[in-house]
Amino acid sequence: MIVEIGHYALALALVLSLFQAIVPLWGALKRDDVLVALGPQAAVAQLLLISLSFAALTYAYLVSDFSVSNVYENSHTLKPLIYKWSGVWGNHEGSMLLWVLILALFGAGVAVFSRRLPSDILGATLAVQAMIAAAFLAFVLFASNPFLRLGQAPFEGRDLNPILQDPGLAIHPPLLYLGYVGYSIVFSFAAGALIVGRIDAAFARMIRPWNLVAWITLTLGIAMGSYWAYYELGWGGYWFWDPVENASLMPWLTGTALLHSAIVMEKREALKIWTILLAIITFSLSLLGTFLVRSGVLTSVHAFAVDPERGLFILMILIAFIGGSFTLFAFRAKAMESGGLFAPVSREGALVLNNLFLAVAALAVLVGTLYPLALEGVTGQKISVGPPFFNLTVVPLMLPLFVAIPFGQRLAWKRGDLLGVVQRTGVAMAIGLVATLATAYAIGRGPALAILAIGLGLFILLASLDEIRERAMRGGAAGAFRRLLGLPRTFVATALAHAGVGIMVIGIAFTAFEKEAILSMKPGDSVKLGEYTLTLRGISPYSGPNYTSTVAQFTVHDGTREVAELRPAKRLYIGRQMPTSEVGRHRVGLSEVYVAIGETSDGAHVDLRAYWKPFVTLIWLGPVLMAFGGLLSLSDRRLRIGAPRLAMRRPRRLEPAE
Amino acid sequence: MSALSRRTLVFGSLVLSGAALAVQPGEQLKDPAQEARARKLSAELRCLVCQNQSIDDSDAELARDLRRLVRERISAGDSDSAIRQFLVARYGEFVLLRPPFSASTALLWSLPAIALIGGIFAARSLFGRPSEAAAGPDATPLAESEKAALDALLSKREQP
Repeated sequence: MIVEIGHYALALALVLSLFQAIVPLWGALKRDDVLVALGPQAAVAQLLLISLSFAALTYAYLVSDFSVSNVYENSHTLKPLIYKWSGVWGNHEGSMLLWVLILALFGAGVAVFSRRLPSDILGATLAVQAMIAAAFLAFVLFASNPFLRLGQAPFEGRDLNPILQDPGLAIHPPLLYLGYVGYSIVFSFAAGALIVGRIDAAFARMIRPWNLVAWITLTLGIAMGSYWAYYELGWGGYWFWDPVENASLMPWLTGTALLHSAIVMEKREALKIWTILLAIITFSLSLLGTFLVRSGVLTSVHAFAVDPERGLFILMILIAFIGGSFTLFAFRAKAMESGGLFAPVSREGALVLNNLFLAVAALAVLVGTLYPLALEGVTGQKISVGPPFFNLTVVPLMLPLFVAIPFGQRLAWKRGDLLGVVQRTGVAMAIGLVATLATAYAIGRGPALAILAIGLGLFILLASLDEIRERAMRGGAAGAFRRLLGLPRTFVATALAHAGVGIMVIGIAFTAFEKEAILSMKPGDSVKLGEYTLTLRGISPYSGPNYTSTVAQFTVHDGTREVAELRPAKRLYIGRQMPTSEVGRHRVGLSEVYVAIGETSDGAHVDLRAYWKPFVTLIWLGPVLMAFGGLLSLSDRRLRIGAPRLAMRRPRRLEPAE
Repeated sequence: MSALSRRTLVFGSLVLSGAALAVQPGEQLKDPAQEARARKLSAELRCLVCQNQSIDDSDAELARDLRRLVRERISAGDSDSAIRQFLVARYGEFVLLRPPFSASTALLWSLPAIALIGGIFAARSLFGRPSEAAAGPDATPLAESEKAALDALLSKREQP
């Protein structure tokens, strides 16, 4: 019964979204505020209906209702509660339901928080958002319905893919989807602004909070996914240039470009066409990513739904929205001739540089991901485009961008003084240089590029933090602390996010210095890993709730002192008879000892791969700091919609009090 | 390969990918320099039955066979390019994760560079262009109340 209610709510949401796609738009075009006002109400109602639907599916998972086909296919009574919960979105149908839930969440978010938006833009934006929702609700209902029942309920489910049975799964997809789908509202704003034909600096302000929310969650989602792959897939890599990773990286790159170009649009009324275009492209890439992942056209670790019909459905949605928005764009492009003039060496110039490199990097990823498909389609020739291609194209594009960060941030608007800026980064540059030389000396021989990259990362980190100090100290040490607290949050946010980039660069550079040992050990054997010694103590069987495993006990010694005990394991999941690897890790500060075991065929020996990974944590700490910067920027009250009038009224509440 | 058997392989490799160990201890070459060469080479060779994994990363039987093959060729004194050629002759260019520059991949390799150069030229037009009216003829002019709201927003913005 509850499942049927969820099913019905979803159908109702589709009808409501069709209503929302038409009526507020009509209102916006006819300047009829009464009709527009129905939009926000419909958006909130739509969120409630889809939430109800999602709750119903969650319920079916929690009580293991195997009469529901989707639950039978992806759950198991023995599965721990958290994975019953997260299993809701650990499969194709459920994850698409999460997709539309988040779509509705952003629509309702605009409805609730942005009452001060101009009525016509609000109406058109909500209508476009509803069009996307209608398309995907139809997709869920007609091509991947999670509520279908089985004629006869089986006694036991087929279990969730064991790789997905990890706390990471509970967090990674929702975060990623929040980012991915979050760009839908930015897209809707762009389409809405194009429909009503008003594209000005105010647009950049309107999209700012939503752009930031999407960017923060996408950043965290990607970082989380990278970390998850690092410890779950068991070979210690953090980025594989897997097509699905690329699908999330592309919107991140253009979304990051959008974050920067919108600043120019907001402050200087320049780059309007480009900013609108980026808003459209970013969500188009999200849609493309959804298509690539969901259709299974690219075979990758993530493609757990391989179904050409579904692919075709999403492809139609993709073509309709991308085609539609670009037509609209071409139609209105003339109306967007923009104003602000600036010299090449200026803040605007630096932001253009940022956009250029990020956009070209996104293009390189796009071309590399789709080229094999296109070539096979056209000539039938099969080629592979793997990590070496992306490393050779994307990395050289990122390096100049990274080098430019400390300078760009310090350049003045309109016309900057590059020499002065270089002088102001002098201290950070000197420290970076000294640190580079010290690293080179300490490590002795090593890859020169990696040592340079460490220096670059330090330079970005120090120069970013130094800018905060510089601003606080402006006008003398007295009152520096007061000035520090009084600094605009957006300014501190930018500095911290850029410092995060530096931290990530350092972490990635240090992977060149990891130590690796691949060997077969028997109890009592030891192996050196950098400063540490790894000793195998024994091998024993263990039974978990829904798996059996072979556990190897290791001790880690620093000299003669025992510092840790590791228990990497090889698991066999009962439901699907599928093996997985659980790695053993010992963290020392920001570095890690990492052990993954393989075959234990004769019971006496164990094959293993062990690593010493210096400063590996920085790879994910950097993005976390970037996201924190985004959050801080989001909290800057001055820059939220409607804030100016609020400030005059000195409100206590954060929401617009109308 | 028929679509069905390819799909079976895809699922098969998904099953295998969970139990990652890739390079096995027994496979390694005695000479560390040769072993390092083998690792570097296998990182750029595709495990043909896997989903986007190199033979260095994969646990599939085929990847293991290929790793052994690469090491045999290295021990026999073949150069890296000779080994690559040998594998391409056997499995086609699909085996190479770094596609070689050829007529069919020229666009792949050159597109990022072309886009960068094109972008630089496009960006140049942003500088020093005479200022035009902010709104074109098609745009709906702002209403008075909106102008006031916009002025209020703009007057509040951060002073550079």
